[in-house]
Amino acid sequence: MIDRDELECFRGEVRAWLEENCPKSMRSPAREDEDVWGGRRATFPSGDAKSWLERAAAKGFTAPTWPKAYGGAGLSGDEARILEEERVRIGARVPLKSLGIWMLGPVLLRFGTEAQKVQHVTGIARGEIRWCQGYSEPGAGSDLASLSMRAERDGDSYVVNGQKVWTSHADKADWIFCLVRTDAKAPKHEGISFLLIDMATKGVSVKPITLLSGASPFCETFFEDVRVPAENLVGPLNGGWTVAKALLDHERSLISQIRDAAAANEESLESLARRYIGLGAESGILNDPSLRDRITQANMDLLCNKLTMRRSSEARAAGLPPGNETSMFKLYGTELNKRRRELMVLIAGFQGLGWEGDSFSREELTRTRDWLRSRANSIEGGSTEIQLNIIAKRVLGLPD
Amino acid sequence: MSFVLTEEQESIKRTAKSFASERLPITNLRTLRDTKDAAGISHDAWRAMADLGLAGAAIPEAFGGSALGYAELGLVLEECGRTLAATPLVSTVLLAANAILLAGTDAQKSALLPPIARGESVVAFALDEGARHAPQRISTRLEATAGGYRLTGEKVFVLDGHIANALIVVARSAGVDDAPDGLTFVLVPQGTPGVTVTRTNLVDTRNAARVRFDNVTLPASAVLGTVGTARAHLDTVLDRARIGIAAEMLGAIQETFERTLAYLKTRKQFGVAIGSFQGLKHRAAALFCEIELTKSVVMDALRAIDENRPDLAQLASAAKARATDTFLTVTAEAVQMHGGIGVTDDLDIGLFLKRARVCEMTLGDSAYHRDRYARLLGY
Repeated sequence: MIDRDELECFRGEVRAWLEENCPKSMRSPAREDEDVWGGRRATFPSGDAKSWLERAAAKGFTAPTWPKAYGGAGLSGDEARILEEERVRIGARVPLKSLGIWMLGPVLLRFGTEAQKVQHVTGIARGEIRWCQGYSEPGAGSDLASLSMRAERDGDSYVVNGQKVWTSHADKADWIFCLVRTDAKAPKHEGISFLLIDMATKGVSVKPITLLSGASPFCETFFEDVRVPAENLVGPLNGGWTVAKALLDHERSLISQIRDAAAANEESLESLARRYIGLGAESGILNDPSLRDRITQANMDLLCNKLTMRRSSEARAAGLPPGNETSMFKLYGTELNKRRRELMVLIAGFQGLGWEGDSFSREELTRTRDWLRSRANSIEGGSTEIQLNIIAKRVLGLPD
Repeated sequence: MSFVLTEEQESIKRTAKSFASERLPITNLRTLRDTKDAAGISHDAWRAMADLGLAGAAIPEAFGGSALGYAELGLVLEECGRTLAATPLVSTVLLAANAILLAGTDAQKSALLPPIARGESVVAFALDEGARHAPQRISTRLEATAGGYRLTGEKVFVLDGHIANALIVVARSAGVDDAPDGLTFVLVPQGTPGVTVTRTNLVDTRNAARVRFDNVTLPASAVLGTVGTARAHLDTVLDRARIGIAAEMLGAIQETFERTLAYLKTRKQFGVAIGSFQGLKHRAAALFCEIELTKSVVMDALRAIDENRPDLAQLASAAKARATDTFLTVTAEAVQMHGGIGVTDDLDIGLFLKRARVCEMTLGDSAYHRDRYARLLGY
């Protein structure tokens, strides 16, 4: 346990560093189109955004708890929490958003070879390489382990053939981490390997998918005789399922965290309802009693969810063995978010129905599309039904 | 504040657990019911609980209590919830003792609290008058007379009212029936002329009573603290009790769920354990999430009392509403998942279903608390 004084001293240093290095224009919430994702084809909304990333990366603050040798800052959990608190305190943006940092990096640090850590983990921390995830296939959604994209050994390489789907931002990513079938005869979980593929390799092609919301954050990704160096295999051959599951845990907690952060920055349901529905002049309460009750139900559930996440992180900090909470948070967080988005559209009434044009404010159009986007929350990253299966099996011990 | 139990808290939990399972198991409640016990609680067990310091858990040491704090008292309530233990924890420890503690003079605290902590005195809290919880709607009148006061009116759903050594009555000393102010706590000892106590037999076998006050003459010293100032304390008294009863519900919820889960693993139909059917699995997993959420808000609300947090009222309403809804859902699902045996009196599961209904109506159902929560947030 690190001394409290030392931590407070660290807080002082971090505060000074942020004050000196975080540009003033980076101290306000970023709109979605202002997010910085890094990569070979990185775009920046401003020069300040670029230098904010460069300074944070040089200090290792893009991935604070990773070892310094691989581009991190080598901070302890307590120190990283202080850094995060200080960042939030001045309203500073996250310098880099990255699937590599949230999902792949932790897995490579655990399962990767020294060479893989040096090459990939460092590139992720610096924001030089943007990653996407190749898990789902047209025939392998909830039943992920039935995936069929093949990787066959040929000399020093694997030759990859098949298709991935729901690859987030594959059209903008530099590399993809994939689950591939390396043994067609083994039981389905035991013939899968985890492979890193450079998207610039010959034979890789990408086609965006348009969603209900009109946005295209996901793609189909095709692989035709793609040659991948054998050293890009992560973990043992045919041992990819273990790596995949570790990564899915990161993905689940990530999805619930993103929803949580998004909810914290957004206008509250009651504030929205005050604007669109109004309070009774005499009663002082919302003019729609049924909607008011649903709003309150959602607010209370949001509070309970937040407290549960805090309880779980305190238990982990105290060294108690982790349960399978990530499934619960993924399940409950996404269902809650869907409910909230639905209420937001409902509260806005006719103004919640706009698709485009001047009859609706930018905010109203975004709200409607966010509602449509939220329908995917309980499907992506393991559907609600899959999370219920996991809880029933691993937490409750119910038989197959 | 921390959600992780300290070693001391773990030890209190163990003590309460073994006490509840040895001295107040569900069979105890069945015996009280089947023998039509006049008291409806085991006084011996209650005194033994007091000896362990549990009756005085929330009472300061200066007044004979063990001053454990609410995080700790919550653990005791949870364990009592697991065995459906019939104790005066809600009526006496949560409601009456807090009214005395918050509104009473030092002399009143010194006289009234130590016997409560010793388990010798059961004090009931007489609040509601209508068909539902409505703490601001009080028409029981307290009028000044030459030598003291006169009390007139009727109270319903007075928990442990028929065995109480004394009642603390929420009375109106000024204003119209639903005026926010003008409320007074008055102490009415058992046997005071003009007081009629009628036991009401409730579905959960626990104790409540209807109490009539016909021109009851009381001395000036019957007023807890100062006349007309009860309003300042009433919300706090009720919120502490709401959080406490939420903790009791949390225990009952977990017990019901664990028993149901065990049944799902052992009951066989079509040649397999019924817990292997997805139609039941998913429902069990969904209940698990609801229970985890309930646990968090109850734990936080208990700590909010100990830390005197400004958002206590919101948390109390959130905890009471959430625990109530979860309790109703879990018990209804438990009966359904048990199938035929679930609707028999032989099995304990149904007793939890009955308790859930009574807990629901105690100190405000979930709709009441959602309305209150919304008002507190200004909408």
